[in-house]
This record gives sequence, C-alpha cells and structure tokens, in this order.
Amino acid sequence: MKKLFLVILCLFTFNKSALALVEVDITRGNLEPLPIAISPLYVEPGSEDLKISDVNIKNIGEEISKIIEVNFKRSGLFNPLKKESFVQNPDIAHIKPRFEDWRLIKAQALVTGKVTISNNKLRAEFRLWDVVASKEMVALAFSTTPNNWRRVAHIISDKIYQRLTGEDGYFDTRIVYVSETGPKTQRVKKLAIMDQDGANIKYLTLGNELVLTPRFSPKNQLVTYLSYFRNSPRVYLLDIETGVQEVVGDFPGMTFAPRFSPDGKKIIMSFAKDGNSDIYTMNLESRVVEKITDHTSIDTSPSYSPDGKYICFNSDRSGYQQIYVMKNDGSNVKRISFGTGIYGTPVWSPRGDLIAFTRMHNGKFYIGVMRSDGTGERLLTENFYQEAPSWSPNGRVLVFYRETKSDAEGKGFSAKLWSIDLTGYNERLIETETDGSDPSWSSLLSK
Amino acid sequence: MNKSIFLSLLFHSIMIFLTVLSLPFMMRSPIDLPPILSVDLIQISDETAIPFAAKATEVLKKIKKEEEKRLVSQQAPPAEKKKEKPDRIPLPEDINKEKKQIVKKKQNPEEIEEQIRQASEFEKKDIFDPNQIAALIDKSKKETAETLKKNNKLTQSSVKTTFTNALTLSQEDALKAQIFGCWSLPLGLPYQENLLVRIKLRLRSDGTVLRSEILDHARMNKPGQGFYKVLAESALRAIRICQPLRVPPTGYEKWKDLQLNFDANEMLKG
Repeated sequence: MKKLFLVILCLFTFNKSALALVEVDITRGNLEPLPIAISPLYVEPGSEDLKISDVNIKNIGEEISKIIEVNFKRSGLFNPLKKESFVQNPDIAHIKPRFEDWRLIKAQALVTGKVTISNNKLRAEFRLWDVVASKEMVALAFSTTPNNWRRVAHIISDKIYQRLTGEDGYFDTRIVYVSETGPKTQRVKKLAIMDQDGANIKYLTLGNELVLTPRFSPKNQLVTYLSYFRNSPRVYLLDIETGVQEVVGDFPGMTFAPRFSPDGKKIIMSFAKDGNSDIYTMNLESRVVEKITDHTSIDTSPSYSPDGKYICFNSDRSGYQQIYVMKNDGSNVKRISFGTGIYGTPVWSPRGDLIAFTRMHNGKFYIGVMRSDGTGERLLTENFYQEAPSWSPNGRVLVFYRETKSDAEGKGFSAKLWSIDLTGYNERLIETETDGSDPSWSSLLSK
Repeated sequence: MNKSIFLSLLFHSIMIFLTVLSLPFMMRSPIDLPPILSVDLIQISDETAIPFAAKATEVLKKIKKEEEKRLVSQQAPPAEKKKEKPDRIPLPEDINKEKKQIVKKKQNPEEIEEQIRQASEFEKKDIFDPNQIAALIDKSKKETAETLKKNNKLTQSSVKTTFTNALTLSQEDALKAQIFGCWSLPLGLPYQENLLVRIKLRLRSDGTVLRSEILDHARMNKPGQGFYKVLAESALRAIRICQPLRVPPTGYEKWKDLQLNFDANEMLKG
C-alpha cells in the first residue's frame, strides 16, 4: 500500500519533466532567391544543326539553357548562377553530377539536360537535382519539331518551377496585346501576340481599324476583342491556332471590355444603352444575350471568379467608381473597395483568392490586389499612368501597361508592357518592338 | 479495514491533487542554473567603432526582452485559467475568422470555447498559430479536428519546453541563428495557408544528424498541398546545409531528440 501511495505521489510530481522533448521554433530564414545552376544542355554528337529561317543556331543546348535562365531570373524566385563558375562538363553532369562541386558554388538545385536533333525531330531531356540532398527531383523528356525549341525551353522551365515551388508555372504562355505605333494623336493600333518573354511577336490585324481590349479565353487559345467597323464597335473572336476570326455581334451604342467566362462558353461585357451602361453576358453557342445588372449607374469591367459563381465589376452607384462583387445571376451585390480615390479594372485571380485592380488616387495610378471580400488591400506599384492588370495563369504575376507623360503635342509619349509579381518587388519591363497596351495573359499552352 | 484504507488513500490523493493544483511551484522543475560560463565584460564607449554596434544593441534588447519573459514564466507558470485574461484586442481579421469557425462548429460548444478564448501574453504566439489559421480555412471537419488535436499537442509541448531547460536561452539562440542562415525559404508560397513544418531529429553527440523525420508526413502527398512538400524539402535542406548543428557540448541525453518547427508564416506575413 505504501508503495502504491509513493507511485501516485511520484506521478503527480514528476510527470511534467519526464516527457521532455526539446523544441526549437525556426521563424526566420533567407528570403533570397534560390541559387540554381542551369548547366547547358549537352548536345549529342551527330546531332544536326538547327536551321530556322536561314538562321543557324549552333549550340541549341546552350540556347535552351539561356532561355530557362532568363525565365527564372525574371520570376524573381530563383537566382541562376553564372556559368563560368561551373566545374563539371554538361555531358557528365547529366549522367551523374559531382554534388560536392556544385555545393562548392552554393547551388541548391541543378538542372542538366541532353538534346538531340535527328530526322527533323528535336528530343530534349532534362533532370533536376537537389544538390544538398544529392538526389534527383524530376526527370522528363520531350520530343517535338525543331521549330518549337523555344517552347521546349519554356516547358522545361515550367516543370522545374512546379517542382521547386509547388505551384504551376507560367512560362509556356503567350500574351496578347495592342501594339501601338505613330504619334499620340494618330496611333495605329494592331492586335499582337508574343511569348510571355517578349519573343515571337506576331501581328494579328493590319491596323486599319482601332483595336481594343483583347482578352484570352482561360480554357483555350481563343481571343476576344473589340474593334470598330464603320465606326460602330464589334466584338470579335479569334482562334490563335487556326487564325480564324469571327464576329460575335454588333452591339448598339458603346461596348466595353468583353471577357470570357472561366469555362470559355460565355462572354461577359458591358454596353451602354440609352445612356446607361449595364453588364451583359452572351452565350457563344446560342448567341443569347442576358442582362445581368439593371441599375441606373454605370456598371463596367466585369470579370468572373474562376469557379464562375461570382462576378466582380466596377460601378459608380455609390457616387464614384468602386469595385463590387455579385453572384453570377446579378443578385447579392456587395461593395468591396472602400479606399479613397477611384477603383477600376477589377480582375479575379485564376487562383481565386485575390482581385487585381487599378486605383487612381491623388493624381497617381496604382496597381493593387485585395482579397475577394475586400480585405487585405495591397498596392503593388505606383506610377504616373498605368492600368489594365492581367493575371498569369498561376495567379502570381500581373502584366499591365504603363504610359509616360507627354507634352501638348504628344512628344515623349510611350506605352510599355510591364510585369510585377505579388510581392511587389519584382517589377520588370517586357521588351516589345513597338509600344504596347492592354495586355492579356493566356493559360498554359501545354497542360 | 480494506475499505478504510481505500478511503484514506482516495482522500489523500485528492488532497495531494488539490495541493499540486493550488501550489504551482510543485510543478516547476527546480531552477536549473546554467553551467558557469566565463563572460568577458566589455565596456562599449560612445566612441566605439564596432560596425555592427547598432545591430548588436537590437539583438541585446531582444534577448533582454526574451529573458524578461522567461523570468516571468519561471516565477508564475501560466495556469490554465489565466489564459482567459482579455489583454489583447483581437484584430478585425481574427474576429472574422473566429466567427467563421464558430458557425462551422455550432454543434460542439466546447470547441467554440477553445476558439474564442482570449489570449494572455504567454499565448500571443498561439493566437497566430498557423495550425489554427489552417483550421479556419480547411473545410472538412475531419481535417479541422486533426489540426485541433495537433494544436493541442503543440501547446502542451511548448509548455514542456518552458519547464525543461535542456538548452539555455543562449544555446537555443545560437542554434536558431545557425539555422536561420541555412534556411532558404521557397519564395512564392501561398498566403493564408498553414506553413509550419515540424521535423524531429535524432542527433549524434557532435551535432550531426542521425535521423530526421517530418512529423506531418501524410500532408506532403495530399492534393493541393504541393507547396508543403516544397517547404518540407527546404527545411530538410537547411538542416543538411547546417550540419553539424550548434549544440551544447554537454547534456547529450537532453537534446539528442530535437524537434525543429520551421514556421514560414511570420516571414511571409511581414
């Protein structure tokens, strides 16, 4: 009995210290981009040289690795290391990297690869290595026509990005925009498309009609845009793959900002009728037009949530332009922006969590994001004039355009495309041949 | 006879139990004086030209603050009741989230209590506990329940750490500082997600890692949690880069099992 008593007493007094496990909370780390070594892809001997429109690309492997490097640098999440510091040759590194060598230059990840061109087929394979753990993380191979070599580089970038960040990439995508040339008073506006890095620019219209607000379908390679035909606005549909273009409809009065629904089956837009602008949808198959808002104020810039259940839009029903969210049938309208100034061009993120917008305040233009309930507003960038944000398919980067100040004659005017990521720190110019405005980002070309 | 012994034992146990509850000093392990370290006192004059002096004062301030906290915790261990003290004005965000949670868990009044409970100084950390945020986001009840369980565990174990002094504050800080330098946080992690990776280590006496284990391993392969795998890998990478860990030269038995909680939430919020 005495023993039992002692045991109980012991249990009471010592149970706390008996189960000791030392825990240490690590709440800080480096926010530096991940150092990654991208070894040039090794070209197998016997490979043919790549000829594209009489341009001979000598070392295709190196070119591909350069594109991957540029993609990663632009993403702001990775720090591609200088190739001069690489010790191991690409061919051996691809088979079995000497991890100690790569650790020495502080690389945490390593990309190696091999490329072959024969019988007019390009075959590229790559491996991603975890240098610290000395193991392979992912290995894939692609086969395509040699003309697609840039896309191969983008696809490889996407796969690596996905493996290292846990979210989809956005490199194998395109951006459609309005190319602008000529003086400010007489701008020639053409519809143009390019890869997300600014390469492969193609013009889709001739420039004799004004082109406005091109928007990519989130599902496929279709673009909807607004163009003027005999001075009345028309909504067009353009299939990028086939080049086929069709008129969706002539609309009376002013039509603005057509945009696809997430399933790609509807177009949502606003048009002005009898001096009042409301939001309408049009079913692309049946061509049935449906009125969504019915309010005496001006409702514009509608954009669907990725699940298609909600729509965010602009309205001045509270006196000045603010952002509102409603259900897709027009019910439950709720104002979500409450800051000073004017809010415009709301766009719902493909991830669904955020809404990007342009805010005008104190004579400045801001691109910002807020949660879909209006909380957590963050302004990412400030400038003299900038607007029309469009999301990358993974919802991490925004592309928009920025105009510069000009004098009364329009001198000094320029419009350029820029991208910025959600951190607000990684702001980059997208180089284009001409001026550009109204960009819209496509979904991933290869899923 | 037997009955009376039994009764006596029962009442005695109750008395002991009550004593333990009412006299918190019994729960506290005796004040463990850290081994005597030789400390050089240096007078930093105004004219000093140490380049990191500003930074150092900040660090010193922080250490002092933490020490103060620690002192408080040793004098009066936080009794469960004290946690209800409403000395923190919740942010509107928190209120919203908490409300949401209440609606979700209507049928279980106990859990509502748990969620709307106000926090004391000691619990401030817990209020921002990523597990709770994740619990608010997670829709499935099952997952919520799991996370709550985990959360409880965490609270308990953090109490454990307070009571056992396997690592002194400076030793813990040295270890932390070492790992801070090795950990490259994957940028591009989603916001509003639970970004806590708990890794249990078995160390050798020289600080190298014998075995490492991710505690929420199952989560790595869940759909939509791809980022978690990335985060866990970055944490493992940090440990590998940091090897051997800066552990005290003595007391191996105390720290051979070490749990590192890699928490990216604070970094990404700030």
